[in-house]
Amino acid sequence: MRTEDLIKALDADISSKAMPLRSAWWIAAAGAAVIAAVVFFLTIGPRPDIMIAMHTMRFLAKFVFTIVLAITAFGLIRALSTPGASTARAAAWMAAAPLLVAVAVALELFMVPEPMWSTRMVGSNMMICMGFIPLIGIGPLAVFLWMLRYGAPTRPVLAGAVAGLLAGGLAATFYAAHCFDDSPLFVATWYTLAIAVLAGLGALGGRFFVRW
Amino acid sequence: MSGKDEAELSRLMRAAIAGDERAYADFLHRIAALVRGFVRRKIVQGGVDPEDVVQETLLAIHVKRHTWRQDAPVLPWIYAIARFKLIDAFRRRGRRIEIEIDEIAETFAEPEAETVSERDINRALDGLPPAQRSVVSAISVDGRSIGETAAKLGVSETAVRVSLHRGLAAIAKRFGRQ
Repeated sequence: MRTEDLIKALDADISSKAMPLRSAWWIAAAGAAVIAAVVFFLTIGPRPDIMIAMHTMRFLAKFVFTIVLAITAFGLIRALSTPGASTARAAAWMAAAPLLVAVAVALELFMVPEPMWSTRMVGSNMMICMGFIPLIGIGPLAVFLWMLRYGAPTRPVLAGAVAGLLAGGLAATFYAAHCFDDSPLFVATWYTLAIAVLAGLGALGGRFFVRW
Repeated sequence: MSGKDEAELSRLMRAAIAGDERAYADFLHRIAALVRGFVRRKIVQGGVDPEDVVQETLLAIHVKRHTWRQDAPVLPWIYAIARFKLIDAFRRRGRRIEIEIDEIAETFAEPEAETVSERDINRALDGLPPAQRSVVSAISVDGRSIGETAAKLGVSETAVRVSLHRGLAAIAKRFGRQ
C-alpha cells in the first residue's frame, strides 16, 4: 500500500470520534478514586477514633503528603501521556511530597527523644500498611495503565512508574485514615516502600502492557 | 519549518477534528512529507525502510489524534510521535539509536518515492478479518468512497465506517509486531 493510499483511508475515517485525552484523565481519576474507596471501606475502613485523630497534626500531615503526591503525579502523568508535551515543570513538582516528608521527619527527630525513634518508625501496623496500600492501589493502577494505552506515552516505562506513584498516593490517602501510626518516621519508611511496590508494578505494566 | 507552518498545520488539524475531510487530507499530505524528510535523514544505514516508518507514524497520528490538545502547538506533537515510531522501528530490528529532538528544525519536506518493496502495512492488512480487509483496501488501494464501498460490498455505509475504523485501529496495533 502506498502512503497516498493510506492517507485516503485515514481521511475517510476522520468522522470517528474519541474523547479528548484531557477529559478522559479526569474521568479515570474519579473512577480510580471510587474503586479505591470501595476497596478501602469493604476491607479495613477508617480507624474508630478518626474524629479525635483529626485534631492532631501528625494525623493530618499524612494526608498532606499523600494528597500532594497524588496531585503532582496526576499532573506529570497527563504530560507524559501526551506526545511532545513539556514534562520538566510537572517533574519538578514531584519533589514536593518527598520534601514535605523530609521536613516532617526532621521535625519529628527534633521533637521526639532518640530512644523512641525506632519504636515510632517500626510502629504497630507495618505489615498491614505494606499489604493494604498495594491492595487498595492495584485497581487504580490498572485504570491508569489503561489510560496510558489510550494516550500515547513516548516513555512508557517512566509513565507506568508514575501511574504507580499516582495509584500509591491515592491508595495511601485512604489507608492513612485507617492507620494508627501517625509518626512521619513510620510514613517515610513504610508508605514509601508500599508506594514503591506500586511504582515498580506500574513500570512493568508500562513496559509490557502500554504499547501503541 | 517555520511559525507559519505551525499555524497552518494547527488550523488544518482543528478543522479536521471538526470533521473537514479536505483539511485532513491536506494536513496528512503535508505531515507525510515532513515526517519523510525527518525519517530519511535519521536512517543512514539500511535495515529500516523510511516509508514504513512514515506510514506507521501517520497511522499513530490518526488513532492518537485525541491526545493532541487543540491549544498546544501541533509540530512538537507530530515529531514526538515520529521519533517514537522511528526508535521503535530500530528497536524491533535490534538496534539502538539516539535521536536529538532539536534536529527536527532542519527537516525538509520530501515527496514519496515509488518503490516495489513489500510494505509492513501490507502484512498488517493481510492479518485483518476479511470484512475489514476488503473495506480498508477498497477505500485505500482502490480509492473508492464510503458510499461506493458500501454499494460494492452490499452493506450499509455505517457498517463500512465501522469496519474501516476497526481495521485501521487493528493495523495500527499490529504494525511491525510480527
